[in-house]
Amino acid sequence: MTAAQVRLTIDGMPVAVPAGTLLVDAAKQAGSNVPVFCYHPKLDPVGMCRMCLVEIGRPQRDRATGEWVRDPNGQPVLSFSGKLETACTTPVEDGWVVRSASELAIEGRRQIVEYLLTSHPLDCPVCDKGGECPLQNLTMAHGPGKSRFLFDDKIRLDKHLPLGELIFLDRERCIQCGRCVRFQEEVVDDAVIGFFERGRKLEIVTFSEPGFDSIFSGNTTDICPVGALTTADFRFGARPWEMNAAASICPHCAVGCNLMVNSRREAKSGGNLVVKRVMPRQNERVNEIWICDKGRFGYAFGSSPERLTRPMVRRDGTLVKTTWDEALAAVAAGMRGAGKDLLGIAGGRASNEDLFNFRALLDRLDGLLVLDEPMPGGEWTGLGPGSDLGRLGPADAVVVAACDLHAEAPIWWLRLKQAAERGTTVITLNLRPTRLDKHAAYCLQHGLGESGDTVLALQHPGRAPAGSRLQAAADALAAAENVIVFYGREGLSAVECQALAAGWGRWLVKTSRSGKTNNGLVAVWPRSNTQGAWDLGLRPAADGLLQALDGKRFAYLMACDPVGDDPKLAEAFRQLEFVVVQELFLTPTAGLADVVLPAQAFLERDGTLTSGERRVQRFYPGVPALGDARPDWQAVASVGEALGVPLESRSAAAIMLAIQAAVPDYAEVSYQALAQSTEQWPPVGGADMYFGGTAYKNHQGLGAQLPRQLRAEHLPAEPPTSLLRQPRPAGLTLVPVARLYDQGITLRPSTLLKDRLATAGIELNPQDAEQLGLAHGAVLGLVWAGGTQEIPVQLSADVPPGLALVPRSSGLKLDEPMAAPLARAEVR
Amino acid sequence: MAELLLLRHRERPELGELDGYQAQGGFDGLRKAVTTMTPAEVIDLVKASGLRGRGGAGFPTGVKWSFLSPGVFPRYVVANADESEPGTFKDRELMERNPYQFLEGVAICAYAAQANLAYVYCRGEFWDLAYRLEENLQAMRRAGLLGERMFGSAYNLDIRLHLGAGAYICGEETALLESLEGKLGQPRLRPPFPAAVGLYGKPTVVNNVETLANLPLILTRGADWYRGFGTEKSPGTKIFSLSGHVARPGNYELPLGTTFRELIFTHGGGTPSGMAVKAIMPAGASSSILPGTDAVLDTPMDYESLAAVGSALGSASVIVMDASVNLTWVLRKTNEFFKHESCGKCTPCREGTYWMLHVSERIESGGADGEVRLLRSVAAGMQGKCLCALGEFATMPVVTGIDRFPDDFQSNGRGGR
Amino acid sequence: MLIEKYPQEIERILANYPPDQRRSAVMPLLYLAQREEGYVTRAAMEEVAALVGLEATQVGSLVGFYTLYRDEPGGTYHIQVCTDLPCALQGAEAFAEDLCRNLGIRLGETTPDGAVTVEAVMCLAGCDRAPLFQLQAPDGIHYHENQTVESALELIKHLRREGGRG
Repeated sequence: MTAAQVRLTIDGMPVAVPAGTLLVDAAKQAGSNVPVFCYHPKLDPVGMCRMCLVEIGRPQRDRATGEWVRDPNGQPVLSFSGKLETACTTPVEDGWVVRSASELAIEGRRQIVEYLLTSHPLDCPVCDKGGECPLQNLTMAHGPGKSRFLFDDKIRLDKHLPLGELIFLDRERCIQCGRCVRFQEEVVDDAVIGFFERGRKLEIVTFSEPGFDSIFSGNTTDICPVGALTTADFRFGARPWEMNAAASICPHCAVGCNLMVNSRREAKSGGNLVVKRVMPRQNERVNEIWICDKGRFGYAFGSSPERLTRPMVRRDGTLVKTTWDEALAAVAAGMRGAGKDLLGIAGGRASNEDLFNFRALLDRLDGLLVLDEPMPGGEWTGLGPGSDLGRLGPADAVVVAACDLHAEAPIWWLRLKQAAERGTTVITLNLRPTRLDKHAAYCLQHGLGESGDTVLALQHPGRAPAGSRLQAAADALAAAENVIVFYGREGLSAVECQALAAGWGRWLVKTSRSGKTNNGLVAVWPRSNTQGAWDLGLRPAADGLLQALDGKRFAYLMACDPVGDDPKLAEAFRQLEFVVVQELFLTPTAGLADVVLPAQAFLERDGTLTSGERRVQRFYPGVPALGDARPDWQAVASVGEALGVPLESRSAAAIMLAIQAAVPDYAEVSYQALAQSTEQWPPVGGADMYFGGTAYKNHQGLGAQLPRQLRAEHLPAEPPTSLLRQPRPAGLTLVPVARLYDQGITLRPSTLLKDRLATAGIELNPQDAEQLGLAHGAVLGLVWAGGTQEIPVQLSADVPPGLALVPRSSGLKLDEPMAAPLARAEVR
Repeated sequence: MAELLLLRHRERPELGELDGYQAQGGFDGLRKAVTTMTPAEVIDLVKASGLRGRGGAGFPTGVKWSFLSPGVFPRYVVANADESEPGTFKDRELMERNPYQFLEGVAICAYAAQANLAYVYCRGEFWDLAYRLEENLQAMRRAGLLGERMFGSAYNLDIRLHLGAGAYICGEETALLESLEGKLGQPRLRPPFPAAVGLYGKPTVVNNVETLANLPLILTRGADWYRGFGTEKSPGTKIFSLSGHVARPGNYELPLGTTFRELIFTHGGGTPSGMAVKAIMPAGASSSILPGTDAVLDTPMDYESLAAVGSALGSASVIVMDASVNLTWVLRKTNEFFKHESCGKCTPCREGTYWMLHVSERIESGGADGEVRLLRSVAAGMQGKCLCALGEFATMPVVTGIDRFPDDFQSNGRGGR
Repeated sequence: MLIEKYPQEIERILANYPPDQRRSAVMPLLYLAQREEGYVTRAAMEEVAALVGLEATQVGSLVGFYTLYRDEPGGTYHIQVCTDLPCALQGAEAFAEDLCRNLGIRLGETTPDGAVTVEAVMCLAGCDRAPLFQLQAPDGIHYHENQTVESALELIKHLRREGGRG
């Protein structure tokens, strides 16, 4: 039964909305813009700022019958109390006549603006918010022309207070709306900023270490209605009206958050367009109006002075800069006759257009094509049509296995947390506690190598011991209407991960869930377009890269750094006759190449990426290309040309047409279809920035979700359970874990985040540490890559005994769990 | 001499000890409720008595109890002992000298509300008093007057203490609940009211100390007896806290409907200076200030009569000022108070109390007449817009002070206190 | 560490509230934390936060909101004189000024030996015994009513000599 409709009149307009709608939302939907500061449609209303004051006329009721009293014309007799009420805290009722522009309401709001401006500083000329400031806009619309407040009475407060190194606070500008504090507490569960003092001295404060310790902190600057909270990144950067805006997709993880890249021409960059900041773009089905701080502050790699801007060739043992013509001539000469002896390795960072051309080249030459990401399952991942994490409800369940979403895909963590708050049953399956556990109905922690048993029990109710949590979880899962399974690879070997993914795939088929809306399997890929790579037919090397290199003479690498990830591969690459590397930076792999080709960063070009939910989304260029860098798809076409293989080289759009023709799942994915957008709730940006914040409206496209319907024949047969029970190594096992801020090449150049980047280290359980004679901060010797590395030790009770956690991509190369090669007596 | 229902310890100090209290029929009311009445019957009895809240709002207590959401459990009772209104010191005396009558009242309220846990939220400054109250509670527990199976029934109850930490706003019942929950003491949106969503989100009754102290005798002597005191609409006695320019400041328990004149002159001994009473603030700092005219002095002190003369009884914290006082100074004092105590949550109170203080400081030291108009306008601009009563009441002394004592606000009539 | 020094008291405080409502214990725990240094240190804030399952910021927020919690050190003893309206009508302001003058400090300041800070506060519910003040001592808060400058100075002398609560 749909929600009952309430009919009322707002400023003369008849309005019908579902019961429970707040008056402020009903007014917005009716086009009557009741101003707000503290209200935000994604936060609980608090009625603090008192800006949304309106008059409400209620139909009088007959005391005896309870019916409306009507006048001779049959109209309900209304009573207006003569008092103003806050629209944001008031759910609508039938028959109301609301006046938001009566004399009383206008005067009331004028008075509120006068109060708000009493100690608000006249900073507009130097304030970053100028031009996109709700206080400015609403003051012009609703305030008195002059203030009667004497300047000398104005309160003086801190003005350049860093709340941590990412966000600055100006306490004088703050109007105590509480949106930032409430966002942190209600939405992202990081109550690391709060109110301090009271009365006029009420101010924002942080006591976390580091300050404002939340990976979502940047969002508060979008919803702050004044210039109190600004990012260190954009402070004094530019005026909003000076900047261009280009729609993009975040390159850092598989969620695929929608972005807007703001740029401006600058004298100090020689008149070039420079990225000034990255903002969220609204897509209610992906990231709503939020982005994490990695996406917001992690774009500096595009303009890093370390970027490759010109092709390079090796002459006399050294790489020297050259032209494209010379580099391609070297490729033509060096890889003449390449065929089966060619190995092509591509990374999941590349766009669909890049990967399509790359695959076409390798196919044509009959070479071996390999995806440089060992995590399996991409041919089984995807959800039913119209799936939307924001629609998960009490009848649904989500399983999250072998990953820490808060560190790997923060917006998915947020979406699932919110689903849990709506009643969705969340089940976590990990080696160790993760941040999602707090919102999970069932946290099924298991030991190393024991995930298989737990998963089987979860999938087969009745298998687990009666009365156990596992049995309860299994029952809950069986009873759920819709199930989505997220899986990562933390603590799993490649074999285990494969079994995990396939096992859930089989279960989704067996329980007739696959193919239905809000059902399916999602891989928490470490990169933004790994799903696209799988969709386009790329696969990880069946037996590892070393095996793939065996017998090859040539290698062409695009958007990946296998030598950097595993230095043991260096020698194998050196043995090859000719190596071409196409990259953003001079990585260790590029450093071994014969020819290095400079690739454009995502900010400089267009294309599409396919998210982990299998949503294909377009990104557009925001700044011109750096130097002679070319988009990967174009560089590949150039290489193709050099090797006598004609490939599509006119545009990314043209390649997409080819993808549509060649890949059945992508048949409907046209650039036009991807550019379709609809109106979304809540309204944000532009004239609506006072309501929803300064996130950008999405006119550039919501993307298209590719549904996945699995059938039994798609999946391998169930392996023997013995395969799923891995032997537990004696002693300590090193387990690589993800950290949001790691030392990856696309993040390291972001100097703003430098103090938050994970460094090589080991986290131990205090009991294990004691046995090893290690204290917190001690240095451990680890036999590694032919030598011994000194690694600092941290202790944490959250680390399960027997495990030593190592952050990925932070200096210690580790892809799978392995026995800890501790050097004897190397304890400092 | 009128019968004392609340400050009974003045005639019988032994009431402060448990055996002394029990010897005088103490806990008979609670026993009667728990062993012979249903919670609904207790609510009806209190409704019939007409007892009104003594914390300031004057809302009928039994009616307030009847708003508890049916079928939702657990329930809680919280005694509001955050006595912070300037000029109020009645709850303190009750808790110090007649604690068991108060605690028995808490227990009766808890039984009626079907609550098994009650808290006394005591302002932090009452530190020593709270220690003694804890000793009183221990004594009650040892005597089986709290705990499991009270009086052999199935009912169990414990009463515990919680200390505030210096915030007048925590006397507002929803701010009190927030504080008790370990959060900032800022008022909640209402609705929902505590009877539906209170402590920890559960139905809760919050009552003032004096209100609760009325309950034991209502239980043992009945509603009709109680209605024999006071007026028809304001039955019972009231403890009036008298302070300021009076010879004998202190607490006076008198029937509601006693006149100002009787309180101030007969009991309070009049102004020590012998000067006329210039101004009366009947509800502490949250008052609509009344001039010391004969008409006002002869006004009965009850909720209705005070409303009729453009004021309010509130907590009956009567502050008396003689002719040596200048209202510009008084307003500066009340504005200082409200500016210090404003929680800051809502714009008009946060900005308005700060603004009013600055303007009234200028007025006090001889500012322009325009400042007086401005002060009144800033106050009027807050009215009807604040989130809670603190902001609203902050405006009352300002508006009434300026309107009713215009001479004090003329430039040539100025000069501080 | 508070938990090492006051384990039973902490247990008692936590037991005062329903087991799933630990947050309520923050206020009494803050009084305990303040006992050590006369104010709530950053470390104490974090320890209290850990005891009740909150962020340090949520605890710090309360320290800032409530008048009786301090976030910076002051004198060993705080003499907080009510100068609110009813007391002021009975000479409390003059009393406070006189007391300060006798101590050689201004209202709000601390004596050079760090023993006493004199402050003005809002109504203490002792309006019939003005002038009065509350003494915030390391062990708690104690009222001293019907005071004169002489009796106040006598108390301070005693505190300086023997400590305690006077």
